[in-house]
Amino acid sequence: MNGARGRARREGVIFDRSSPGRVGYQLPPLEVPPADVRQTLAGVALRGEIEELPEVSEVDVLRHFHRLSQLNYSVDEGLYPLGSCTMKYNPRLNEELARLPGLAQLHPLQPEEQVQGALELMWELEQALVAITGMARVTLQPAAGAHGELTGMLMVRAACRDRNSPRSTVLIPDSAHGTNPATAVFAGFKVVEIASTSAGTLDLHALARHLEGGDVAALMVTVPNTLGVFEPEIARAAAMLHERGAFLYIDGANLNAFVGIAQPGAMGADVMHINLHKTFSTPHGGGGPGAGPVAVSQALVEYLPVPLVERTGDRWTLSYHRPKSIGKVRGFYGNFGMLVRALAYIRSLGRDGLKAMAEGAVLNANYIRKGLEEDYHLPYPGASLHEVVFDDSRQLAHGVKNVDIAKRLLDYGFHPPTMSFPLIVHGALMIEPTESDGVEELDAFIAAMRQIARECRENPELVRGAPYTTPVRRLDEVRAARSPILRWRRSSR
Amino acid sequence: MHRYLAGDEDRRKILAAVGAANVEELFASIPAELRCGPLELPPARSEEEVRQEFWRLAGSNLAPDCTACFMGAGVYRHLSPALADAIIQRGEFFTAYTPYQPEVSQGTLQAIFEFQTFVCQLTGMDIANASLYDGATAAVEAVLMAHRLLPSRRRVVLAGALHPEHVAVLTTYCEPQGIAVHRVPPGADGRVDREALATAVADDVVAVVVQSPNVLGIVEDLEGTSAAARAVKAMAVQVVCEATSLGLLTPGGELGFDVVCGDLQAFGIPPTFGGPHLGFFATRQEYLRQVPGRLCGETVDVDGRPGFVLTLSTREQHIRRAKATSNICTNHGLMALYVTIVLSLLGKKGVREVAMASHATAEYLKAALRSPGSGVTLAHPESPTYNEFLVVHPEPDELLRRLAREGVLGGVSTTRWSGELPPGILIAATERNTRGECDRLLDGIRRLA
Repeated sequence: MNGARGRARREGVIFDRSSPGRVGYQLPPLEVPPADVRQTLAGVALRGEIEELPEVSEVDVLRHFHRLSQLNYSVDEGLYPLGSCTMKYNPRLNEELARLPGLAQLHPLQPEEQVQGALELMWELEQALVAITGMARVTLQPAAGAHGELTGMLMVRAACRDRNSPRSTVLIPDSAHGTNPATAVFAGFKVVEIASTSAGTLDLHALARHLEGGDVAALMVTVPNTLGVFEPEIARAAAMLHERGAFLYIDGANLNAFVGIAQPGAMGADVMHINLHKTFSTPHGGGGPGAGPVAVSQALVEYLPVPLVERTGDRWTLSYHRPKSIGKVRGFYGNFGMLVRALAYIRSLGRDGLKAMAEGAVLNANYIRKGLEEDYHLPYPGASLHEVVFDDSRQLAHGVKNVDIAKRLLDYGFHPPTMSFPLIVHGALMIEPTESDGVEELDAFIAAMRQIARECRENPELVRGAPYTTPVRRLDEVRAARSPILRWRRSSR
Repeated sequence: MHRYLAGDEDRRKILAAVGAANVEELFASIPAELRCGPLELPPARSEEEVRQEFWRLAGSNLAPDCTACFMGAGVYRHLSPALADAIIQRGEFFTAYTPYQPEVSQGTLQAIFEFQTFVCQLTGMDIANASLYDGATAAVEAVLMAHRLLPSRRRVVLAGALHPEHVAVLTTYCEPQGIAVHRVPPGADGRVDREALATAVADDVVAVVVQSPNVLGIVEDLEGTSAAARAVKAMAVQVVCEATSLGLLTPGGELGFDVVCGDLQAFGIPPTFGGPHLGFFATRQEYLRQVPGRLCGETVDVDGRPGFVLTLSTREQHIRRAKATSNICTNHGLMALYVTIVLSLLGKKGVREVAMASHATAEYLKAALRSPGSGVTLAHPESPTYNEFLVVHPEPDELLRRLAREGVLGGVSTTRWSGELPPGILIAATERNTRGECDRLLDGIRRLA
């Protein structure tokens, strides 16, 4: 984004590049007779060419998207400490392997004997996730974390009904991801929020109170929680839930903090989704695709979606015969391309590397915590694992909010932390460095954050006006929402 | 230390700075009884070793690219321009996340804006979102949106031959919402049975869902279906699995539908054993506030320069939590970028040419298989199809196995959906299928059926 090099900082939309007669493709010659659509599609409403589609050359398209790419910040460029999102290095090997024709070109409806390698790969990934989580089995079908949550909660619902004990309430701490309550509602439950303790952790007394009514199907809780703090009473909570015939749902968004250290199975979890795009490094892709496998305890195995991959000797099959299954949650078997990358990552790091990964994430987060705690207020001082949540209360005294700090950080060449989450922290700055970077990059980030803290004291106006060096500056979000322009139109220019 | 991680010296520096004697101290908050021993996994492997393992796995599959492939049934093999994959492999795109910080995400945001525009152009709709997971979950989101708009209605009508995978997923999602799934089977011609549909709809119907082209490849009676929905003020939803058909067939947006949704995989996304593909969702302006998923909008910055932001996020889970329009967070952004590139390359001429070539190739097969002695019979000889059709055969799996031995993947057997579809083979053709491949298929069927 160096203006002095004269690099484009703006790029018009592709439709504005259109010029009659340009094409960006060539089909093989059509050797079969052309169809006379008036006969072959008699009585069907047909359209002509879609006039507003662009006419551009292959070079036009390359230039356009190349230039757009230069307007993005990415993990490849530097530290991307977006809390809860786990923006870690995406190994290129995984990209290479996911594109092997023997994997990428497979049609999902080929007969099983033609896809034994794909089924074996899925089986191997399930085995690895079982080993990591200590749970009984895993479905690989969900396409993202929230999708995994829904799958998990539908299993909870099915299990309650199967036990002749339909229940309507799901408990969720006030520190939870927004997807948790949204998921519970789409799974047919009503949500009761539990206030966190003053330490930011699960309140067991409140849990006990809510369990008394006998209507609780499950507790959804993130471990470590969204403050990056381990839930010390998680096993006790599990026991309390189980006593009352309820289930423990662990949101696995933060699994990367304890791979190889502890297992959700031992904590008493009944169901947990795993964001492969977080812990296991499948690329975030500017907003997906992700993958959200769901691990379950023995209590929920029979409700897993169909199909599951089963092994008989040296043969792998897709098993649909699961009478108590919740059914299907998406087409086919999951985001297979992401499963390939995740297994490659697990193989590359191996047993000890995965543990070292979790250690690295926790080391880096604690280093940042140490480096910033003089300048930024830490609302919950419990021990941090893989992320640390500060707030803007000290800077607010100078009229500077967390969002201003975030924007100023852009001028220093870093992606900002997650803003204003978790909701229990007012003005939150949620920092998750991941294990990918060495000390120099962390030092540079800490230095930038400390410099901004100084600016907040000495020149708050400067921070409030940031950013200054980005391709665009602060954008008018109110205007975007008030009179939405959600698509290009020829007449709009 | 591992190649993806920092080194021992980094660890020493960090431990010294935080005042810990060893890494173990940093995990003191995790109770001892929850700790695990070493994971039961193999040790770390080099690139070369991992590559060997995955080459072996890939090698024990039959990759359709080495064969004449006529498989479809929701997943299609159209052209995959080299440039599209090259661009999505730029780290600036694939190692970024959801554009929460628009000032440093204009590339991703503008691509979403262009994607939304392409989807509107293809579907004839006013607005489109930034993507959903796949066609089946897109159909679900359409029904759930209809249910938000018409909350007292408790029945969804699935009209005609929908993809069995979609029916299964819709059934999973509708049950907890208290929405009954009412199926109206297709008529003998494989199309929506107008009379049966008219009988099935009533003022408790939240939406009428039709797939066109349907799972039999047949172009549906869209006008009749949307009229039936309108008659009871239910939402009319068109699902599209073979999205290249939109280059030739008038979309639901111009035929009275409220939602056109489905999967855009057909625009060159590799089949990848079923995913990631690309769910899309387009609807009318009046339903804007009820749309699921991300939306990107144009605005200006403080200096008046145009730019893009995620907008109307008060619909979404991270703001509205339990009252959100969907629980979706991560969607399929990189696949949306891929299809945006493919659609840019194809443009006005190409979108139509791909559709015409696919249709012509399928018609060539159909004409040959129609004649006596072809080995099979067309299941719906009089019904209009786009690029896929069903042929009847008593033992489709065996016939396909014999064809595969000759290097021809002749289509998709319907026996896996017995009860849903008659026994036979769905044969799909695209512009990638040469006349030579078609003739090998025809010859094979003639000899082996």
